[in-house]
Amino acid sequence: MDLITEFVTELRQYGIPVSLGESIDAHEALISELLDDRELLREALAATLIKNNSHRGAFDSLFNIYFGVKADLLSDDLIGEDDFQDEENKASGNNPSKSSKLAGGGGGSMTQEEVIEMLFNALMANQQDRLNRLAKLSVSMFAAIEPGRPVGGVYYLYRTLRNLDIEKLQAKIKNAILKQKQQTNDDNLNERFATDEATLKIEKLKKLIEDEIRQRLIEDRGKQAMAKTLKKPLLEDIDIMRASKQEMFDLQQAILPLSRKLASRLANRRRHLRQGRLNWPATIRKSMAMGGSLAEPIFRKPKISKPDVVLLADLSGSVASFARFTLQLVYALSSQFSKIRSFAFIDGIDEITSYFDLATDPMKSFYRINTEADIMWLDGHSDYGHALSEFVRKWPEAVTSKSSVLILGDARSNYHNPHTEILKQISKTSKHVYWLNPEPQAYWNSGDSIVKEYSTYCDEVLEVRTLRQLELFVDKLD
Amino acid sequence: MENEFVFKSPDDVMESLEGVDYISSATITTSVFLADRLKKPVLIEGPAGTGKTELAKSVAAATGSRLIRLQCYEGLDEAKALYEWNYKKQLLRIQAQNLVTDAENETWKQLEEDIFSEEFLLTRPLLEAITSEAQTVLLIDEVDRIEIETEALLLEILSDFQVSIPELGTLEAKRLPLVFLTSNNSRELSEALKRRCLFLHIDYPDMDREKNIIKRRVPDIEAALLDQIGEFVRSIRQMDLKKRPSVSESIDWARTLITLGIHTLNMEIAGDTISVLLKYQSDIETALKELSINT
Repeated sequence: MDLITEFVTELRQYGIPVSLGESIDAHEALISELLDDRELLREALAATLIKNNSHRGAFDSLFNIYFGVKADLLSDDLIGEDDFQDEENKASGNNPSKSSKLAGGGGGSMTQEEVIEMLFNALMANQQDRLNRLAKLSVSMFAAIEPGRPVGGVYYLYRTLRNLDIEKLQAKIKNAILKQKQQTNDDNLNERFATDEATLKIEKLKKLIEDEIRQRLIEDRGKQAMAKTLKKPLLEDIDIMRASKQEMFDLQQAILPLSRKLASRLANRRRHLRQGRLNWPATIRKSMAMGGSLAEPIFRKPKISKPDVVLLADLSGSVASFARFTLQLVYALSSQFSKIRSFAFIDGIDEITSYFDLATDPMKSFYRINTEADIMWLDGHSDYGHALSEFVRKWPEAVTSKSSVLILGDARSNYHNPHTEILKQISKTSKHVYWLNPEPQAYWNSGDSIVKEYSTYCDEVLEVRTLRQLELFVDKLD
Repeated sequence: MENEFVFKSPDDVMESLEGVDYISSATITTSVFLADRLKKPVLIEGPAGTGKTELAKSVAAATGSRLIRLQCYEGLDEAKALYEWNYKKQLLRIQAQNLVTDAENETWKQLEEDIFSEEFLLTRPLLEAITSEAQTVLLIDEVDRIEIETEALLLEILSDFQVSIPELGTLEAKRLPLVFLTSNNSRELSEALKRRCLFLHIDYPDMDREKNIIKRRVPDIEAALLDQIGEFVRSIRQMDLKKRPSVSESIDWARTLITLGIHTLNMEIAGDTISVLLKYQSDIETALKELSINT
């Protein structure tokens, strides 16, 4: 198996879909002009293998593992197995003592202060070669890598950075930049520019050190083991309930196209009758240009009825982080549907349609919903039964025979009366009722979860904890 | 089918594009180079205003090719994208036949062959791109605007560079065009389409590239002001905004500042002109607030 095929296999194990055709394209992309330069090779492989920008992060970290500094190998021969084996042999039994050789001259007897000083000078002067050497040196001196330990390297990075006193170095760089160039006559702006520049420089250094640590770990433990330790879920597999801030941000970006798909799916259900009735007047008129032959019949445009969606979202504490995602989804949906009414509930329920004014920042809308909307009734613990009965009492006109009802929540009602008869009534009136549950299916119906009672009256109850599951739901609608 | 390559090397791509004032990055040059070598379409994605459409135009200009553009919209169909029979002309042909010969000399068969020939075909952009004798660049703009069912219409031309017309047979490309598709990612494109293309994500440029771009577009800008614009835009792009400033907006901003006769930036000037960069009131408020409290 050649290196590219091996790399493709690893990508697939990450959950990135790579078809056979794409793999062939990647092999064809190994044109001699692209092999001399590691960056060009990376871009060529990315262009042929990665078709979704959210997969790029995973691709890059795997590329670094598979095509580390040894990329020059590729230019000699078309990544033969022998070369690869050779590398493996050379790499085995490596330990930190060998790396002092890698660090080049100037290692050995330097003190911590001297290294930091040299780093500072190299960063200020943007000397790439010296930076590379110094990054290697810092790792040799401070990371204290222990061979054979199955760790991802974050700890070594932390240890190296702490020894370099990275925050102090960043502040020093910032001040130096400030002194060096007084760009504008505005102190605030100068300060800001210098901070940005310094942060960028330090980020660059961190990346170099990270690359170096990773390289040594690969030499120690091999590619596959390293790929496994670095494995992070792809965006579509991230558990929404546990997403970090950055992941949440990326998720939000991914929701918009999905909501558009959902909108077109719900609309499509009535568009199947592709052509409307024959439009006689227009057909005759058109035929005049052709001497009265009815050569081209004109049809009326089919009437596309706008999908009518009613959304009920649980915003209680037990689904707090999911609630944020829910609101994002509601926000994205309301830009796609003209007839959407959204309601939020905990134990009380309130209509939140008007909060999603598209001109304002979504975060502001969420803040207003949390502070202004009347979704709390007694104690702020979910009470699905009460929320539902209030819903039909206050807005009896909301659900019509044309509505699709989407309920988002974990159906944990704190042992209150579930009032299933109300959902039954809603389900009878509406076209569809879908329930999206952010809880793992294994936990359903345990404790105060009453999924089962409600599910009788839903067209479908689905576990939606990741973007992929949400996509599956949207695809199913067709 | 001729199979000459348009570009010699990635560097050649970069230099040619620079010759027409398009500053590219390694990602962009590699994709364009591969598109030429592998003869595959390039699907370009990325935020608005980062030069997706411009890339196709520049490649056309740099290679002296003709640019054929298909602007996508909801409701685009075969007759607008591929080809259409010219009914009126066909009818005239039939009537002329009746006048001249009273249907004796020519049989119906001959007539049929006649009216379903290329003479009576109205070529639309896709067909035109592959039947052209000269080198062409085909730009399929905002492909995410067409419905997912209509995408199928593009597949034959994207993978085989041919168009099948039932009455005529299959028309193959005389010269393979360079094909670029752009998408604003407003919806997920089908796997079938993505599989046939190389993928290029054009993100906001880094500061040096952006400064280069501005310098090309606004040649009489002072170096000091250019530096400040670069740093200012970089700062703003890091903020959590609804719509980050695009490259075209920073070019507009540079022009604005020059027109106002400004040599150095300060908060007051930035505050007065920031509406060129940011288009949402909430974004302007966020940006100004963050810039003023950073000490």
